[in-house]
Amino acid sequence: MMETGNALEGVKVVEFGGYAAGPHIGKVLGNFGAVVVHVESHDRPDGFRLEYPPYKEGRPGVDRGGCFAFFNDSKYGVTLNLKTPAGLALAHRLIDWADLVVENMRPGVMARLGLGYRDVCETHPDLVFLSTCNMGQSGPRAHTPGFGSQLSSLAGFCGTIGETDGPPMLLYGPYIDFIASGLGTAAVLAALDRSRRTGKGAELDLSQYETGLHFMAGALFDQDRTGAVATRRGNADTVAAPHGAYPCRDDRWLALSCRSDEEFQTLLRCLDLPELATDPRFVTGAARHVHLTELDGVITQACAMRDAGEAAEALQAAGITAHPVNTVADLFDDPQLEDYRNWRRRYHPVIGDQAYWFPGPALSATPGEVTRAAPLLGADNETVFKQLLGMKDREFDDQKARGTFE
Amino acid sequence: MPVAGDGGTMLEGYRVLDLSGPLGWVAGRILADLGADVIKVESPDADLEEIDWRAFNVNKRLLRLDTKSVAGRQVVDRALAEVDVLIETAQPGIPADTWLEPARLTAINPGLVHVSVTPFGRHGPRAHWRGTDLEIMAASGAMSLIGEPGGVPLRMSVPQSHAWAGMHAACGAVLALFNRTSGGSGQHVDVSAQVALVTALAHAPTFVDILGTVPDRAGSAITGRSVHGANFRAFWKCRDGYLNFVVYGGPAGRRSNQALVEWMTEKGAALGALVDIDWIKFDPKLAQQGEIDRLEEPIAAFLEGVNKQEFLDEACTREILGYPVSTTADIAEDPQLEARGFWQYLPAPDGGSERHCGVFYMENGVRPEIRHAAGNGHADTHGVLSEFGFDAREISELRDGGIVAPA
Repeated sequence: MMETGNALEGVKVVEFGGYAAGPHIGKVLGNFGAVVVHVESHDRPDGFRLEYPPYKEGRPGVDRGGCFAFFNDSKYGVTLNLKTPAGLALAHRLIDWADLVVENMRPGVMARLGLGYRDVCETHPDLVFLSTCNMGQSGPRAHTPGFGSQLSSLAGFCGTIGETDGPPMLLYGPYIDFIASGLGTAAVLAALDRSRRTGKGAELDLSQYETGLHFMAGALFDQDRTGAVATRRGNADTVAAPHGAYPCRDDRWLALSCRSDEEFQTLLRCLDLPELATDPRFVTGAARHVHLTELDGVITQACAMRDAGEAAEALQAAGITAHPVNTVADLFDDPQLEDYRNWRRRYHPVIGDQAYWFPGPALSATPGEVTRAAPLLGADNETVFKQLLGMKDREFDDQKARGTFE
Repeated sequence: MPVAGDGGTMLEGYRVLDLSGPLGWVAGRILADLGADVIKVESPDADLEEIDWRAFNVNKRLLRLDTKSVAGRQVVDRALAEVDVLIETAQPGIPADTWLEPARLTAINPGLVHVSVTPFGRHGPRAHWRGTDLEIMAASGAMSLIGEPGGVPLRMSVPQSHAWAGMHAACGAVLALFNRTSGGSGQHVDVSAQVALVTALAHAPTFVDILGTVPDRAGSAITGRSVHGANFRAFWKCRDGYLNFVVYGGPAGRRSNQALVEWMTEKGAALGALVDIDWIKFDPKLAQQGEIDRLEEPIAAFLEGVNKQEFLDEACTREILGYPVSTTADIAEDPQLEARGFWQYLPAPDGGSERHCGVFYMENGVRPEIRHAAGNGHADTHGVLSEFGFDAREISELRDGGIVAPA
């Protein structure tokens, strides 16, 4: 199939808010061709600019942050002082222009500014308006502020990460925010499709908590049906044994698993452990589960004589599921990610070349692109208001002089 | 029905044929929640009472069809003309699965959105590699970030990679549908679970790229918040489990830290190093490890005497940025979910009812309802076949040949 352009050609998006859960949606839409405007102010820049390393050369600064940049490529950045009537009026003009508004303020903040869905839907009936926040727009805890790194605990993830007798753990950061942004992306795309087909807009309420629970749906369903409460179990699995990560000669780790006796026998052949083929401790899955510690011990010994990459290659060739445990640095050399061109370097005026992430789905006809590095704070005021919204030079200069773009 | 109005639910009118195994189940569930008519294909002898099958295949209709047989594959080919989206999880490099080659399917229906979900993608040197949740977590870098420093890399005990893959597949499907609405043709959407999961690492890769440092396992601490590499404690033992709270910076973090200290003060707790902190000036991104350790000490002592519910209530009222570490049993009792009608109860195979996660969003303040219970017996099969244009004679031939399930 021909690569003919972008899926979201002509789609206009404006986003209010910051950090991950809202802006990550706009980044993905921008990668597939939407024109996305990220609204901040000099008084309240996006929290990722100010609070989150890494910074260029380790020195913090609003335009020096790699974290902000990573979630805001392929967008325009504007600044508006929403504490002034003129700033609010321009926010309205942006919303009038847009097909989609994404906001992740606390519930009620947009309405208090007069920028809520109810304030704009009558004059803009085909608008899609997504509100995404911790708890959703309603319910007894609707107004609770919160970050994804804690919400991931409330949604059951952290309690099921770690060793059986150890403390809970995080997967690095605000894990759940990226579930919310993924499901939010699916929802706004569906709403935009309906809007384009029928002219009907949508007011969407996404609770980041609830979106996370969908990733725990199996465990939650099990709790309802059988009363079983999911726990953290290290790398143990109910079926597979072995099932874990083992240190290798080259200081990398190798993840591997066997789900049947046949697979286990193949593993023994690959690891040159024929003497264990009839060992009663390991001969059946049930026996391997009982003797998991000894089993991990012999596999660890065998892996210590091998390099992780070569071992994985050999095991895969024999039909055993295995993969080196990639470090975050390894992701930049991974042959699959290279083949899919997931890293795309773009020049940022302060940070320099930065590797941006091209998101998941590879579309054959409309593949998308990382169109530009993340914007400096307010860098695109002129482009957005003059070129996209058609503001005359005189009005722009006047607004600038009045501090509307502060 | 919810808010239908003149435009209907969002993806109403689209039909999805879901041939997927576990790695693709979530994609169909999401498309169904968005309003598409999703038809899950399962062989006549598949076990539909399995926990994960039911949890992730709710809201889909069911077609019991043997797709390993030639006749079964001919049924799929005919159905393709009637569907907008096909989801499949064929492993690349398996000769038996070549019937799902994108070029062949596009020839049958040029408007088809063909979604392939695989562990590592459909092209590239490791496309043919097999992977379960463990190996996909390893490949994505996620395991390198979970575990004690220097210790064994861990996965998450509740498998996650299928949900990430399915979510990205759903996004790809709707992107392709939107492109079709705008005048484009159908296309192939190639989803790698490995790629999908990298998103879960947040901004960890930027440290490698910008500073040349490699984020690593940090036990129960949180990293990536300090320019000096200081770790912050994320998990705190409490009376009945654990709490998650982090000393944050910025205006929100300042309010949160102050609110916790106020609560401690009201309770007469020892404040230790917290007494000396000027929260206006305190900036965690510039903090050194020693300073962080000193101020976390009295917090740890205080939180040990608190229970999870009390912490949730106080954190909510006082706007402290923290939550308890909930179990699935805690979540089941959460009044917030009850108030928003999150759970939906549907008929279970034993004649009782079973609790499912409801549709994942609300529109105009209403949560759309799940339309189809999980694996509704064989009831859908013949109806679906006649919608695909099979007449009664053809259906009975398929039934007699064991290709579709009996009525």
